[in-house]
Amino acid sequence: MRDEVISVDPDNLVGAVAKIKVEGYRFVTLSCMQGDENMVVVLYHFDKDLVLKHLRVSVPADRALPSITPVYFAAFLVENEIQDLFGLRFSGLAVDYERTLYLEGDVKVTPFCRYTVAKMNADKAKMLSASADLPGTGGS
Amino acid sequence: MLKTVIPFGPQHPVLPEPLHLKLTVEDEVITEAIPALGFVHRGLEMLANIRDFKQMTQVVERVCGICSMIHAMCYCQGIEAIMGIEVPRRATFLRTIWSELNRMHSHLLWLGLFADSFGFESLFMQLWKIREKVLDLNEATAGNRIIVSVNVIGGVRRDLAPEQISWMLAELAEVEQEINRLGSTLLTDYTVKKRTAGKGVITKDKAFELGLAGPTLRASGVCQDMRMLGYAAFDQLDFEPVVETGGDCYARSKVRFREVLQSIDLIRQALSRIDQSEIRTKVKGRPQGETVCRVEQPRGELFYYIKADGTKNLERLRIRTPTFANIPALLSILPGMWLSDVPVAVLSIDPCISCTER
Amino acid sequence: MFKKLIQKARVKSPWLLHYDCSSCNGCDIEVLACLTPVYDIERFGIINVGNPMHADLLLVTGTVNYRNRKVLLNLHDQMPDPKLVVAIGSCALSGGIFREAYNVIGGVDKVIPVDVYVPGCPAKPEAIIDGVTLGLNVFTRSKEGRKTHAR
Repeated sequence: MRDEVISVDPDNLVGAVAKIKVEGYRFVTLSCMQGDENMVVVLYHFDKDLVLKHLRVSVPADRALPSITPVYFAAFLVENEIQDLFGLRFSGLAVDYERTLYLEGDVKVTPFCRYTVAKMNADKAKMLSASADLPGTGGS
Repeated sequence: MLKTVIPFGPQHPVLPEPLHLKLTVEDEVITEAIPALGFVHRGLEMLANIRDFKQMTQVVERVCGICSMIHAMCYCQGIEAIMGIEVPRRATFLRTIWSELNRMHSHLLWLGLFADSFGFESLFMQLWKIREKVLDLNEATAGNRIIVSVNVIGGVRRDLAPEQISWMLAELAEVEQEINRLGSTLLTDYTVKKRTAGKGVITKDKAFELGLAGPTLRASGVCQDMRMLGYAAFDQLDFEPVVETGGDCYARSKVRFREVLQSIDLIRQALSRIDQSEIRTKVKGRPQGETVCRVEQPRGELFYYIKADGTKNLERLRIRTPTFANIPALLSILPGMWLSDVPVAVLSIDPCISCTER
Repeated sequence: MFKKLIQKARVKSPWLLHYDCSSCNGCDIEVLACLTPVYDIERFGIINVGNPMHADLLLVTGTVNYRNRKVLLNLHDQMPDPKLVVAIGSCALSGGIFREAYNVIGGVDKVIPVDVYVPGCPAKPEAIIDGVTLGLNVFTRSKEGRKTHAR
């Protein structure tokens, strides 16, 4: 990527985002992807006068990331999406759909997450009571 | 006062798409709106692990059928940036022409649906009649009405013959004349103004803070258009973004109406400056690296994040569509509105749910 | 005689309900284009309605996913008999290009019985009109003559 990428520690994330807001940046989106060894990489994209700035955060899949919705309210949708698809948790979300933004409540698998450990810890109680079935295998 | 929760959608006559809103209503005034998504979620980003990077061009076209050409263009530009492919000059012009035709048909479609949302059915029919002419242009030049599939990595698939160019110019002149005739109704009519002016105002600061995109942002007075980045052939055309300052539903429809006329102008410029060259370069090897690619869709800024690891499948493909950015606007304008104004307010951000959920 | 009259009315003026499952919008706007001046499906007496209880015809576009299958079933159950289901576009027939995606069940016929299949990606308005008029023959056949579908 040609634009500026800053690596940030999860603990300093909200402070770094707040600083970017003061500088006058517009929130664009988050991108989430699998890193090495049970890590999830989250990229935060911001835009000012058509120039992008990115923050890169690596976090273990079973650890919750602080939500940036107190700073940029618009991030609530994409953070819910990541909760759905990657199983990563966000603490302090303004509107929390509890992993039902896209997927039905009875679907117990995070499609993008190859490591199910994080999901197990977070939803252990629910997992034990409901039977897990993989979406997609029944179709086609 | 009695509080009621009213579900709006997923099957609603005014929306062709399944958007679901939970509206908390006090008497007839809305106090809270919560969107519920997932009715169109297919899991398209995951298909990048199954299909190879060339086949993905066809998949991303079907993220959204209305702006499919622009999705494919954005994806191809992203892959070309990673692989360092130089696209022939003529191909960039052709991409510009088709993307502007796409914007025209999308905006005409929206203006029609918007007229329908406040019950102006004859305007809806008239606008869609003009739109059919634009689709004919698409069909004659690209081979299909809606999903045109002209983009490939490294260029485009089809070329324009000289006689087609003169025919296109004649058709565009006719379309422009008809749009201008309807413009006086759309922009000055008493009923239209009564239903749209002053409804759902988003101030400039609020729009920027919510991270809105496209016409919704420009209607609030923020000058931001991804075409200013100069992708494809936009750096060689005279271009000035359309900006309005009202921030209400009326301003948003005015921006889109003016953008239709602007698109006609841009196509004319592109047709006059196009020159002869190849339309496609050969693609060798596989992509490796990561990039961010942004283009302007009819609904606003389209954002692709592509990460490739040198295999034939991409490691990650992330698509952020403009409606996804514009949904927070709905949450901010709906509280305080009358229940009967909800269709107008919802349509004013031009929601494209299949884009949003992919 | 009265029965015959009703049957005739159904063929001459069927009312249409359109539901978008997880389609890409391509087929939806083509369905809408059918209703507008150039193609004008209303010349067959077809009116687009929003209430499933008024409808004879259900046009479904797009694949079925885990969330909207309940909505689709609901709509289909609410429609009065005899009803006609037309599946439009490759996705509605088999899942199309999305068939391997994780949130896709497959074609519409996995959830509700389908009478007419209209192929195309997206299906052209001419094909949609052709499919609908073809399907109207279903109403002229007697109840026993209709194909029975397993849900």
